[in-house]
Amino acid sequence: MRPFTGTVAITGLNAIDNPGPGVAFALALRRDPAFQGRIVGLAYDVLDPGLYLPHLLDASFLIPYPSAGRDALLSRLEHVRSAVGLDVLVPNLDSELPALMGHEDALLERGIATFLPTRGSFDARAKNRLDDLRAEHGIPVPEGEAISDPSPLYTAHERYGFPLVVKSGFYGARVCWSVDEAVRAFHALAAKWGLPIYVQRYVAGDEVNVCALGDGEGGTLGAVAMKKTVITELGKGWAGVTIEDEALIELARDVIRATRWRGPCEIEAIRDADGDTWLIEVNPRFPAWCDLCQGAGQNLPLATCRLAAGQPVAPFDPYQPGIAFVRVSTDLIVPIGALEALTVAGESIPASRRTA
Amino acid sequence: MQALAQLALSPSGFVFDPRTGATFTVNPSGVVLLEGLREGQRLTELVHTLEQQFDARAGDLARDVLEFVRRLQVEGLLARDFELEA
Repeated sequence: MRPFTGTVAITGLNAIDNPGPGVAFALALRRDPAFQGRIVGLAYDVLDPGLYLPHLLDASFLIPYPSAGRDALLSRLEHVRSAVGLDVLVPNLDSELPALMGHEDALLERGIATFLPTRGSFDARAKNRLDDLRAEHGIPVPEGEAISDPSPLYTAHERYGFPLVVKSGFYGARVCWSVDEAVRAFHALAAKWGLPIYVQRYVAGDEVNVCALGDGEGGTLGAVAMKKTVITELGKGWAGVTIEDEALIELARDVIRATRWRGPCEIEAIRDADGDTWLIEVNPRFPAWCDLCQGAGQNLPLATCRLAAGQPVAPFDPYQPGIAFVRVSTDLIVPIGALEALTVAGESIPASRRTA
Repeated sequence: MQALAQLALSPSGFVFDPRTGATFTVNPSGVVLLEGLREGQRLTELVHTLEQQFDARAGDLARDVLEFVRRLQVEGLLARDFELEA
């Protein structure tokens, strides 16, 4: 396959205890000889750790938070393009997609290509719509309901039993063994992440995940299944290994087919004691372990860049099970001047990388 | 037996289950037993192999092999109704 030579801008460089996927995405590109392009880091905070990883990025820019609006982002991206060139944009965070979906043409007019889901697909995989995936497409999802006040929690155990799961639409879930616990979880999650809150039947079993790439026509171009082998207090995988699980991969294919998903996604599922696989969540971006896909033979990040650039991508051959990742927490030592350019000017561009 | 057949078994005794992502280790006699069970060897054959390779008595070996099989059943690597032919 011919080399990829474009300039790719990525977000999600917050490689912290709840890491964004940006560093893994960039590493997957760097580790592939077919990637001969450049990587531009887009960050919201000067101290996003990925900005300082040696040899990862060719240039870095601060960008406005999604709450600043689309125009502010487009304006900033135009600046990035004029400063260092920019061919492909890959947003790696959930919260970035609403500002970009449906505006691909506006980006393309500025010379910036993307490979994003449609608004309809994005909504179809939201937590409050997973029941529809079960009802309309037969995808196994634990029964649940969206609630906007805690009163249904007083009878939820009659429908779902104990324990039950109380989760927010964005992040965070609590397994609750009593009404009091469920009500407390409701208020804690609503205060932090807003309404609605979802209450769901608890499925006991092993959490398993799939990193996948949909073609937007219902097809799956690649999918890699992983089992976390070390889990942090935040529930994040600190180590994991690719597994051979055709039922799980088929579940991912079913979700992508049902939502006609376009672009990266992560399927979170539970395999119960009977061996049945239940869909828990569909994240609209790659996970922070997406570099593992590259290691297992499916470089889904690079494929995403190619698709955005309009290059053909054939479905991947099966990946290799038994490929593990182990995350490492380390200190990057940099002179304070390394923070200066981003802090003062909002960008860090080596002289050799400037286009003008 | 299918789960057992899928195991990635290293001569060092390191074992990876590609279905679940689990890893574990077995000692040299465990390696011999896993390989023998995957080949469909009977109890007497397994005991004979162990006798040849390790300094142990047949009576103890038969008991140990059956205990090993039970352990594999507990770990879900052999079906609960699996019975090792004598």
